[in-house]
Amino acid sequence: MVNSTVFAPWEDPGQTPLIRIENVTKRFGDFTAIDDVSIDIYTREFFALLGPSGCGKTTLMRMLAGFETPSEGRITIDGKDMAGVPPNKRAVNMMFQSYALFPHLTVWDNIAFGLRRDRMDKDRVAARVEEMLKLTQLQKFAKRKPHQISGGQRQRVALARSLAKAPKLLLLDEPLGALDKKLREETQFELMEIQEKTGTTFVIVTHDQEEAMTVASRVAVMNHGKLVQVDTPERIYEAPKSVYVADFIGDVNLIEGLVASVGELAELTWAEGKAPLIGQSGASLKAGDEAVFAIRPEKIAISREEPEARNRVRGKIVDIGYLGNLSVYHVQLPDGSYMKCEVGNRSRVSRRDYTWEDEVWLSWTDTAGLVLPS
Amino acid sequence: MNRISSFNIVSLTLGFAFLYIPMIILVIYSFNESKLVTVWAGFSTKWYGELLRNESFLAAAWVTLKVAFFSSTLATILGTMAAYVMVRRGRFAGRTLFSGMIYAPLVMPEVITGLSLLLLFIAIGLDRGVLTIVLAHTTFAMCYVSVVVSSRLVSFDQSLEEAALDLGSTPFEAFRLVTIPIVAPAVLSGWLLAFTLSLDDLIIASFTSGPSATTLPMKVWSSVRLGVSPEINALSTIFIGIVTVGVLIASVVSKRAISRRQAEELAAES
Amino acid sequence: MKRLFTVIPYAWLIVLFLVPFAIVFKISLSDYAVSIPPYAPTLDIAGGWQAVKDFLGELDFENYVFLTEDALYWKAYLSSLKIAAISTVLTLLVGYPIAYGMARAPEAWRPTLMMLVILPFWTSFLIRVYAWIGILATEGLLNQFLLWIGIIDAPLGLLNTPTAVYIGIVYTYLPFMILPIYAALDRLDPSLLEAAEDLGCSRTTAFWTVTVPLSRPGVIAGCFLVFIPAVGEVVIPSLLGGSDTLMIGKILWEEFFSNRDWPVASAVATILLLILVVPIVLFQRQQQAAREAEQ
Repeated sequence: MVNSTVFAPWEDPGQTPLIRIENVTKRFGDFTAIDDVSIDIYTREFFALLGPSGCGKTTLMRMLAGFETPSEGRITIDGKDMAGVPPNKRAVNMMFQSYALFPHLTVWDNIAFGLRRDRMDKDRVAARVEEMLKLTQLQKFAKRKPHQISGGQRQRVALARSLAKAPKLLLLDEPLGALDKKLREETQFELMEIQEKTGTTFVIVTHDQEEAMTVASRVAVMNHGKLVQVDTPERIYEAPKSVYVADFIGDVNLIEGLVASVGELAELTWAEGKAPLIGQSGASLKAGDEAVFAIRPEKIAISREEPEARNRVRGKIVDIGYLGNLSVYHVQLPDGSYMKCEVGNRSRVSRRDYTWEDEVWLSWTDTAGLVLPS
Repeated sequence: MNRISSFNIVSLTLGFAFLYIPMIILVIYSFNESKLVTVWAGFSTKWYGELLRNESFLAAAWVTLKVAFFSSTLATILGTMAAYVMVRRGRFAGRTLFSGMIYAPLVMPEVITGLSLLLLFIAIGLDRGVLTIVLAHTTFAMCYVSVVVSSRLVSFDQSLEEAALDLGSTPFEAFRLVTIPIVAPAVLSGWLLAFTLSLDDLIIASFTSGPSATTLPMKVWSSVRLGVSPEINALSTIFIGIVTVGVLIASVVSKRAISRRQAEELAAES
Repeated sequence: MKRLFTVIPYAWLIVLFLVPFAIVFKISLSDYAVSIPPYAPTLDIAGGWQAVKDFLGELDFENYVFLTEDALYWKAYLSSLKIAAISTVLTLLVGYPIAYGMARAPEAWRPTLMMLVILPFWTSFLIRVYAWIGILATEGLLNQFLLWIGIIDAPLGLLNTPTAVYIGIVYTYLPFMILPIYAALDRLDPSLLEAAEDLGCSRTTAFWTVTVPLSRPGVIAGCFLVFIPAVGEVVIPSLLGGSDTLMIGKILWEEFFSNRDWPVASAVATILLLILVVPIVLFQRQQQAAREAEQ
């Protein structure tokens, strides 16, 4: 299983994790922000905490930084218990969502701020700041104050400042949230490059699933303070363990029904008089359970003639969304429910194959869908 | 964490004790039987009776209220205009002088303002009395009003006025129908501020008033220069009482308005 | 409409704020006279050009020369500046911790704390100064209290000393110091302090390297708001300072009301204004800069 060329320390039982979060619970009064969460994060990982706002991801990150203390459980970094260690004594730095650049200091002084706290001598501070400016391509702006540079530049100053002390662990709180879409995509790749160059362990908090999928080696999906699934981006997308994860990451069609049989593949009865749907069995299910069939829109084929696949449904096109690289068809089934189907636009659509009100067949292979517990 | 917050509690406690103990003492000793203010001789309300029978105090109070009402109303009109100009009218010739004249009176020693206004009134031959005090108070109070109103104007979205113009109102209608209602709370607090400043002023009033008009602070001044008097304590207590009740009512009203607004917003969300 | 709104307050301020200073300056160049008004010469426009020339010819700087010759005046200026400076520093020392405590207090308390700071400001200034007479007098409450707990054996002579003036100024001007500092501290983004801690500061270092520099505009505004009016203060030195405390506002007041020497009073006011022009202009610049930073 273990492939030595692929970076996957979590699959190697011989590796010790850099950070261990063990059964951590955090309560604010009656409210439980984090509910019994355990995660191991390994050196050099780019780890993403993903979830909707209020899911507890920021609280978890603030506990790693030392701004909050767990109500129960234990956090160790590099084998050392972090209980009672204040933020200024941790080899952990944080890049704040608001960037928290000191408005009264220049870019240069902002980056030097942490180094000076360590009583580092002047020449070494200067050398390190220059190195950071170069890494983030900010040499030209060293003398400026934060309000004299653009949002993207500010973001890079914040990154440079938090990396300057060469922390064992860098925490990034929605680091790209304030940037516009195009800049955000460019910066994602810059972040990955910088992470690889410096070899620092990154933990990023985000609510943007595309961002998490793009940058992270592993993603932890959280909801209501609980850890829902920790996996690589591919597995999160292709093999979600719950309807929540399937629905949160990307687009998905969900069909409710009852498990008819479980074997290599699972069968789901979903409507009277219709052939059962067949898909991979996502988790421990037995016949008779209520379950949900999940199928991604891009895995569905659309045709005018009845296809041969076992999974097929008939419906009428009610809406077509043209997104440039692909078109999304909204198809209404006879029972009134809707399904989405995405078709890539390989050639220019001067003439569409299908149009509004067309009766069409939707079909997919036996392994394309997943049967998940509801 | 705990150490800092206990430091904060200590500094707040000491700070507020410093601010309030002298006034509390003043109030307590207004109920003192003895004429000697520093010796407690039993509870009595006799000084309040004496105060209310003292007609010159009552007359002075009446003059003071008249002056305060007229000067604060005038100051509010002028100050609101000035604030509007300062915030909404970008650069214009003489802007620096204008803003200088708005800010300088805030810190100008009152003796200078008072003396200069008196010499002006004499130079133009204006008889000194209630009118001259009103003019003098209006001049310095309008600057306070304009500062209060402009801070509200700065924070409100100019596109609201532009929307009104776009929908066909004249600039004056936009000002009357959109700007004024939105800055109304600030205009009101500006008026209150102007009113209290006028009630409170001794120096400028002393310079600009004539024999026909004595304000309450002038009356108090001539009496306290001779030392502590229980009647003044009684007057102070009445004053402190009115202000406290007024501020409490204002804060309850505004708190209600805020919580009603929040409830409405919450209801609208769901 | 904007033009109309500019013209009315502008004209008002020119007539009732700027022109009066010109008149003060003119009278400061006149001579004292036993007449009504008590100065000479007076300008008689009806006399035509010759009258204006005569009038200008009679103006001189005699009063200013008089001010430099009499040690009382320049001592009073210096002592006013000294008292105002010391009181400003004291007010800052008292006010900063209060403003800081307010800014760090739970959100729900802050409107109440704010109200508690503003409330004394709404009550009469004169009454607040007056309250200290009963406290600081030789047989006053502070001495009674100190004698009772046994810290002192004989009453302290506090009233009619510079100490009493310092107390009076700190007490009455405290809200002017607290409010701008509180406003600056309240605006401070708490994540900046967390960032400082994250980068290795202790809470104390974070306070000195982040909180203090970022509250500087509030501190500066507060100091101006205390210092400038304190220089010309009349009521506090008259009621609490006694005859030993020289302050120029009090001198001006007495020169005007007791000696009825209007030309000298005008000269005193002109010099006081010249002394204060620098801090007033600086204050105005700072206010403008702060406002532009907000916009």
